[in-house]
Amino acid sequence: MKALLLRDLKLAFRSGGGFGLGLAFFLIVAVLVPFGVGPENDLLAKIAAGVLWLGALLACLLSLDRIFALDWEDGSLDLLATSPLPLEAVCGVKALAHWLTTGLPLTLAAPVLGLLLSLPETGYVWLVTSLALGTPALSVIGCFGAALTVGIKRGGLLLSLLVLPLYVPTLIFGAEVARRGTEGLAVSGPLALLAGISLAVIAVLPFVSALVLRINLR
Amino acid sequence: MLTGVGFDLAPGKALILRGPNGSGKTTLLRTIAGLQPLLEGRVHCSEDAIAYAAHSDGLKASLTVAENLQFWAEVFGTSDIDVALTRFDLLTLADRPAHALSAGQKRRLGLARLMVTGRPIWVLDEPTVSLDQASVARFAENVKTHLAGGGMALLATHIDLGLEAPVLDVGVFKADPTSSIGGFDEEFL
Repeated sequence: MKALLLRDLKLAFRSGGGFGLGLAFFLIVAVLVPFGVGPENDLLAKIAAGVLWLGALLACLLSLDRIFALDWEDGSLDLLATSPLPLEAVCGVKALAHWLTTGLPLTLAAPVLGLLLSLPETGYVWLVTSLALGTPALSVIGCFGAALTVGIKRGGLLLSLLVLPLYVPTLIFGAEVARRGTEGLAVSGPLALLAGISLAVIAVLPFVSALVLRINLR
Repeated sequence: MLTGVGFDLAPGKALILRGPNGSGKTTLLRTIAGLQPLLEGRVHCSEDAIAYAAHSDGLKASLTVAENLQFWAEVFGTSDIDVALTRFDLLTLADRPAHALSAGQKRRLGLARLMVTGRPIWVLDEPTVSLDQASVARFAENVKTHLAGGGMALLATHIDLGLEAPVLDVGVFKADPTSSIGGFDEEFL
């Protein structure tokens, strides 16, 4: 399992690996939004948390179809399925690798981009906390979507359509934590729900992903 | 779909599958490897004993030859990749990225993976595709060494590898699409 994680990380960082794609997209969104909204700091400060959450979500979506498609194309997925690694663990490790190369960098970059959107001081802690708690759910749900659409040529569109509705609860509660934090309100309610969503999908979805992957490999 | 297939394979023995394109060789091999479910019948063999190699080699273009092989060695819990590299004449290519290999060299790397799995039953689907004559001979030698060590091999191939192995013609088991599913029984091991 460690070998698979290290291999996926190595592949992501080597040329053509796609690391930085999500990060660059996130950066572009955060840089362009102020141009679109206009030079109104009050308005920007109000929408900053929501824009950053939406940007992170869409950046996550960009790299989802790579989770299984590449391994399926070159035959590694068949070989992994016949290897001693349980397919459930493969799905878990794949989601973890996706989070380490997408969700984690996005979380770390968010405070810097918060500056660009004049996010109020009080918001940084809760923005980073909500992203750190919520992005793992995005990776695990995305991994499930990727398992569903593996083997479909250019399945990216179908993948987005399948995954986006599943992303909505995470987005609502994640952005709510960041917004309430920014305005100095109590965050414990949405924070608990966000953490609950993440823990539930991490516990359940790798098994479901492995199940659909087995069907798709036939 | 195949019906009525039955064979057994003893340690040290090989079985060669023949049959026209589309006759179900790949289906049979994928079923034995556990990638496809059986409709009827049984495979008396642990999936954990099987090393499967198909048309695609499962190589990562941006990793080197040694890295590709090392990954599979770690997945299968073995560590020695040098023997496999030597046996398939890949030592001089060890540090070359896989995207810079020729088709035949990629195939050799794909087959070298079988050795690092440390599993006794090799299930091979057209293993000699894109190999030159010398490589085919080298591959046949490696299969013989594997068999001599008590291993087993099940090959779908159209090339005579010089193995002393019975040939099973898959074509005759093709199920009549109009009839219902008959007895589908695979005896293995």
